[in-house]
Amino acid sequence: MLQPGTEPTIAELSAEGRVGVLLPQCDVPEVPLEELMPAEQIRTDLPLPEVSEPDVVRHFTRLSQRNVGVDTHFYPLGSCTMKYNPKVNEEIASWRAFSGLHPYQPEEMVQGALRIVQSLERFLCEVGGMDAASLQPAAGALGEFTGLLIIRAYHADRGESQRNIVLVPDSSHGTNPATAARCGYQVVKVASDERGRVDLGDLERHLSGCVAALMMTNPNTLGVFEDQIQEVCELAHSHGVQVYCDGANMNAVLGICRPGDMGFDVMHFNLHKTFSTPHGGGGPGSGPVAVKSHLEPYLPVPRLRKQDGVLRWSYDFPKSIGRVHPFYGNFAVALRAYCYIRQLGPEGLRSIAEDAVLNANYLLKLLVDGGAGKGLELPYPAPCMHEFVLSAAEHKKATGVRTADIAKRLLDYGFHPPTVYFPIIVEEALMIEPTETESKETLDAFAQALLAILDEDPDVVKNSPHTAPVSRVDEVKAARELNLRW
Amino acid sequence: MAYLPNTPHLRAEMLSALGVKSVEELIDRQVPGKLKFRGLLNLPAPLSEMELLDELEKDAACNQPAVEMLSFLGAGVYDHFVPSAVARLVSRSEFYTSYTAYQPEASQGMLQATYEYQSLICALTGMDVANASNYDGATSLAEAAVLCMSATGRRGIVLSGAVHPAYRKVVETYTSGLGSTIRTVPTPNGVTSPDTLGDLLGEACSGGDPPAAVVVQHPNYFGCLEDVSAVAAKAHDVGALCVVCVNPISLGILVPPGSCGADVVVGEGQPLGSPMNYGGPLLGIFACREEHVRRMPGRIIGATTDAHGRRAYCMTLQTREQHIRRERATSNICTNEALLSLAAAVYLSLMGKHGLRRMAELCIQKAHYAARRISELPGYKLAFDAPFFNEFTVETPVPAAKIVSELSQEGILPGRDLSLDFPGMDNGLLVCVTERRTKAQIDRLVDALSRYR
Repeated sequence: MLQPGTEPTIAELSAEGRVGVLLPQCDVPEVPLEELMPAEQIRTDLPLPEVSEPDVVRHFTRLSQRNVGVDTHFYPLGSCTMKYNPKVNEEIASWRAFSGLHPYQPEEMVQGALRIVQSLERFLCEVGGMDAASLQPAAGALGEFTGLLIIRAYHADRGESQRNIVLVPDSSHGTNPATAARCGYQVVKVASDERGRVDLGDLERHLSGCVAALMMTNPNTLGVFEDQIQEVCELAHSHGVQVYCDGANMNAVLGICRPGDMGFDVMHFNLHKTFSTPHGGGGPGSGPVAVKSHLEPYLPVPRLRKQDGVLRWSYDFPKSIGRVHPFYGNFAVALRAYCYIRQLGPEGLRSIAEDAVLNANYLLKLLVDGGAGKGLELPYPAPCMHEFVLSAAEHKKATGVRTADIAKRLLDYGFHPPTVYFPIIVEEALMIEPTETESKETLDAFAQALLAILDEDPDVVKNSPHTAPVSRVDEVKAARELNLRW
Repeated sequence: MAYLPNTPHLRAEMLSALGVKSVEELIDRQVPGKLKFRGLLNLPAPLSEMELLDELEKDAACNQPAVEMLSFLGAGVYDHFVPSAVARLVSRSEFYTSYTAYQPEASQGMLQATYEYQSLICALTGMDVANASNYDGATSLAEAAVLCMSATGRRGIVLSGAVHPAYRKVVETYTSGLGSTIRTVPTPNGVTSPDTLGDLLGEACSGGDPPAAVVVQHPNYFGCLEDVSAVAAKAHDVGALCVVCVNPISLGILVPPGSCGADVVVGEGQPLGSPMNYGGPLLGIFACREEHVRRMPGRIIGATTDAHGRRAYCMTLQTREQHIRRERATSNICTNEALLSLAAAVYLSLMGKHGLRRMAELCIQKAHYAARRISELPGYKLAFDAPFFNEFTVETPVPAAKIVSELSQEGILPGRDLSLDFPGMDNGLLVCVTERRTKAQIDRLVDALSRYR
């Protein structure tokens, strides 16, 4: 018997003879399978469960009730931009005129979809200050990969393939160095200064004719605006180095400033962050890449071209890096982002950034003022952009309560925890990004809860969560005693 | 403004608490004036929700979706029946508005569903372990190539010429930074001949470039079934790993690659409960033998216990991943296709042992009926002799491009014009028949094709 509060797996709900779906009879003459293929290729056992539809629906509905989302909880995961996902976009994406398109249909039949792709490319260029874009990358990490391949092709084209190093700030998201390594580059870290920005001196020391690219995020992962970014780009360019912008934090600067104007050569966007498409529990996302004109020849193919008034996919780009996706990218995600931008308009986008920055600064003040003397510290001074990082290292020294414990206890108060232990340059880090779709009341309640936790009995906090569907999950055991399937 | 809960009054309160007059003050303290964008971005004026719907209706009206036509288009993305319960469950916002389970106690729903997905994929493919998803079948295949390179220390990738051409392109791009060499096994008869493969492997080895991986697609791009066991044996003979790229629906009938010597199985999971969506998002299936688990890319969910000894789930073996291992990670993947893996878990749970088998049987029977009737038309013949599942290649009496273009005007999508993938193959048409096609519809296709001779 299962313990109370546990959900059986779907396999445990199986019983022989149960049917979940009834299919129609075959209306063509049926031929024995043995006449269609060698008998040894025919499967004799298919160990899938047998469950009725009512049981399947109840099972997954109950699982959904053991899950927290933006629609149920304030979800201030720093760097993820967990903003509200507009339902009208879900509605539009479900229309068969979009969801029922096959990627190999003749272009004449899909002009509506192609127009949306072309428009979104243009919108993203406008937002980013760039000249051309591709929606092919299926997520941010793939966007980064695409961007670095573009840079590599650019250097190769100019006879500079000796450039085999990529510079990455020590505060960067893990995908940056992982991507650079995947492209065959050696990864070298650049230090952050005491203001949390890339240290210009350290950067200068690392720049050379062996460096292909510098990857930056602006605002960076500390929520700090890299105010010397123009100087950084100029410095990099003077050494022939291309500068890549990780656009994960675009929510802070929509309509306020643009990576292209800062001097960046190439960037990616995260549509599932900045442009409100749902996170899906871990995807699907979309990571379009946008470039300045000198990098346009290297964009992935195919790309849209108008021929005789008809939009068509063209492969006639001889310097392209090739494909990073079997078709055109995550179209249904791009469609949602397109709808979002159409609904908000330029004023709306700027208001988003303004409220994102206001909410973050207000919450920061509540926590810094209230957290003084409770061991909660701000390593890099206010103001912040759309997110900020706090350290609970002093609190840990005083009480033994770690950031991980505080995070779990927040669940008992009805909040999803912020990002923890990132960026790695801050000890016992809490990275908090409220986003613009939260009200002042929510921010007040969250601050109250977090500050209350700092005063609680350490044992209560260390053993939390107490009211979640499960108590503290043994992650160490999960890695030591692998159980990856039933 | 849409989706902004704060009012001018509330903003004023917050600004007052901050001791500033406007948000612009906060911004100007951080963003140098010379970087600030002047004026408004050049984007269309905002729309209310009602107006947005009207505007998108116009774009929708310019699309003729394959699902509403008589479609025989396959080639990597498929029009299958999906039970209504799938969409309902996947649109529960507790699922789709959540993110990666960095805090497992908050995400037991997605975690358990993903564990179930992993288990179902293992059952389907006959492999030991599966990950939580990759972006699509092509990047899954590329990641499999990387895994094989890492596992063997070699750089050669040998691809069957009958692997999806777009997948091949993605593998080339994906592994270009890792010094891979890619060789292709010619498939003049529509299948990978073990002897031809053996010769090519021999050449590679004696040329000092022993392969890390031998890749075969089953059914392959032309629809033909491959002899996976023979291919795997040839691969293992030279110390290479065998990667098999599958159509998960076909595994309702076909012996799973895990029983044929496959070391890694990848494939496109879109047919398992997701719409075609103009080719994205998709679902990359990735499964392998236990010995390679620590080289697997992407998220892996494990079962464990909580502090009270109750069953619980969490992400595991995270030291493989970018957020821990950074440049030494097995892959750079972060966001994947979680919601589609949830759809696949629901779909496979509803279909079950008998449903998926029956679904595959309907596909194969209807496809063979169509193939028989088409091959009986004067001027038409099946291009290859090999057995097939639900896709087959037809040699047409006139260029396939002409047939596709003309039949489209009548609401029929007869299949994929293969000259788009293989220049010179002008009279090649790849026809796919799923369970959604009735006998009457197939007869109508045959009728339309009969006009060409």
